[in-house]
Amino acid sequence: MKILVCISHVPDTTSKIAFVENNSKFDTTGVQFIIGPYDDYALARAIELKETMGATVTVLNVGTADSEPTIRKALAIGADDAIRVNAVPTDSLFVATQIAAHAKGYDLVLMGRESIDFNSGVVHAMVGEMLGIPSISPVMKLDIDGTKVKMTKEIEGGKEQVEANLPLVAGCQEPIAEWKIPNMRGIMSARTKPLNVVEPQSIEVSVVNKSFELPAPKGAVKMISADNVAELVTRLKTEAKVL
Amino acid sequence: MNILVFVETSEGKIRKTSLEAVAYAHAMGGTVTAIALGKADANELQSIGKYGATKVLHAVDSKLDQHVIQVYSSVLAKVMQDENADVLVLANSSLGTPVAAKVAIKTNASFASNVTELPNTSAGFVVKRSIYTGKAFANVELKNAKKIIAIRKNAAELKEVGGNAPVTNYNVSLNDADFNTKTLSSEKATGDILLPEAEIVVSGGRGMKGPEHWGIIENLAKALHAATGCSKPVSDMGWRPHHEHVGQTGVKVAPQLYIAVGISGAIQHLAGVNSSKCIVVINKDADAPFFKAADYGIVGDAFDVLPKLTEAVLAAK
Ligand SMILES: Cc1cc2nc3c(=O)[nH]c(=O)nc-3n(C[C@H](O)[C@H](O)[C@H](O)COP(=O)(O)OP(=O)(O)OC[C@H]3O[C@@H](n4cnc5c(N)ncnc54)[C@H](O)[C@@H]3O)c2cc1C
Repeated sequence: MKILVCISHVPDTTSKIAFVENNSKFDTTGVQFIIGPYDDYALARAIELKETMGATVTVLNVGTADSEPTIRKALAIGADDAIRVNAVPTDSLFVATQIAAHAKGYDLVLMGRESIDFNSGVVHAMVGEMLGIPSISPVMKLDIDGTKVKMTKEIEGGKEQVEANLPLVAGCQEPIAEWKIPNMRGIMSARTKPLNVVEPQSIEVSVVNKSFELPAPKGAVKMISADNVAELVTRLKTEAKVL
Repeated sequence: MNILVFVETSEGKIRKTSLEAVAYAHAMGGTVTAIALGKADANELQSIGKYGATKVLHAVDSKLDQHVIQVYSSVLAKVMQDENADVLVLANSSLGTPVAAKVAIKTNASFASNVTELPNTSAGFVVKRSIYTGKAFANVELKNAKKIIAIRKNAAELKEVGGNAPVTNYNVSLNDADFNTKTLSSEKATGDILLPEAEIVVSGGRGMKGPEHWGIIENLAKALHAATGCSKPVSDMGWRPHHEHVGQTGVKVAPQLYIAVGISGAIQHLAGVNSSKCIVVINKDADAPFFKAADYGIVGDAFDVLPKLTEAVLAAK
């Protein structure tokens, strides 16, 4: 079985977000980049499948050379080889197009339910559509039985048991697998694993980021005594007008 | 401008966020047609007109009762074509967003999800969308002739602007190949207020000490007609179901009122709640970081404060 895991290269979850150049560019100063947390779940499940049923795992990232440490980390965790599509991931359609161009021939395409930078949550669905194969998200459990894939998917207020045939695309989230941490052997071997850099397909731009902004700053918190909780109710009614 | 709105149903009832999508489309100006797929309550369908739809289409076919994303996207792409729609508006949801993504490919439309405000059309067609899990916004221009917008809760005010609208049956021809996934079973909390749609959310964290103490969270939620949520460790430990987990890696909420009890306020939790209009924090540690993001705070023991607060809410009714 051949598995393709698509990973994003995103600011660490604790990053403070700021913009520079007249709010046209993300400020990377002091920001640490990581494998997208949801993509980390996808990768962990792929490695488990490799260990239990035998598979090759290829990771793919659409990104500039800055992504390479992140890709090497995925190789250290256990992926066999990697593809980097050499481009700035500008929007979901662009990323999906690049993935679809390389995903043919894979039995399973796994990725996170969304990236934590642009949070679009649509790349898996677009890739499925482009390849004409099923796509399911967010997947919390995924098991393979022959060519059948049994999954548990979250919906608002609950979950569903879903079934589809290979090949398919899944957008993953916890608790599909435990995140894996690279060990020394993995880190050493990752250095020599193939990382193929390929040029992107060109497509017509359909969505353009014009500018960025931050939410309005919060006012100071109003403290209420624990001995007088009724005051909170009054204030929520008359002052905040939310009750 | 012809605007098509996909209204989602759950057990035949129209989702509130879908009515917000209708209100959003109405506020954009233009002609608003709504479409519902599968099982839907007839009275509810008519009442979509109240929020600004002039026409309601209903595709009746029991095969549509299952929410197969591929099937829904094929039908919606066809309706967009039949109705000559310039824009498709729908709710950002576990069904709406992936359906929209596929329709975007089928119709060559520009697509933005997580949209928080009405479009600005003074120069091009620009929508504001939430990014970095609520920590920032991007203004994005949708370049293509056809556009698809998936809106977040509160992107439009839900107010009545019209009367009932006529409901017409829409004939679908379904393609067998689209039924490429099968729903075997589903488990759903019944009668609960859905967390992503709730106006008030009461969330508990690790400070609640264990699932056996959730009764006092539920009592307050009941008194406020609120949904319940939790922090990540709480769902990780299995105290509460995963779909209640709020934050960066969980559900993003945008209620009028978010009450956080025994939650420290880690940046990943805040990321999922910072779009709330008003935040109340109850924590026994006066230095808990959550107080910095709160509008109102009470330093106190949850086990002491919550029952009193529930009583005060009931007394004020
Ligand atoms: C990649 C990543 C993603 C993450 N995503 C999320 C996410 O989506 N959502 C999320 O919530 N977290 C997320 N986290 C985890 C996050 O960093 C915190 O660990 C988590 O939010 C802490 O949960 P908590 O506040 O319930 O628990 P704690 O941090 O343990 O805080 C418990 C709080 O309860 C208070 N307390 C204790 N007893 C009482 C009492 N009797 N009365 C009142 N107060 C009391 C304490 O003072 C303390 O402030 C993520 C972490 C990572 C690394």
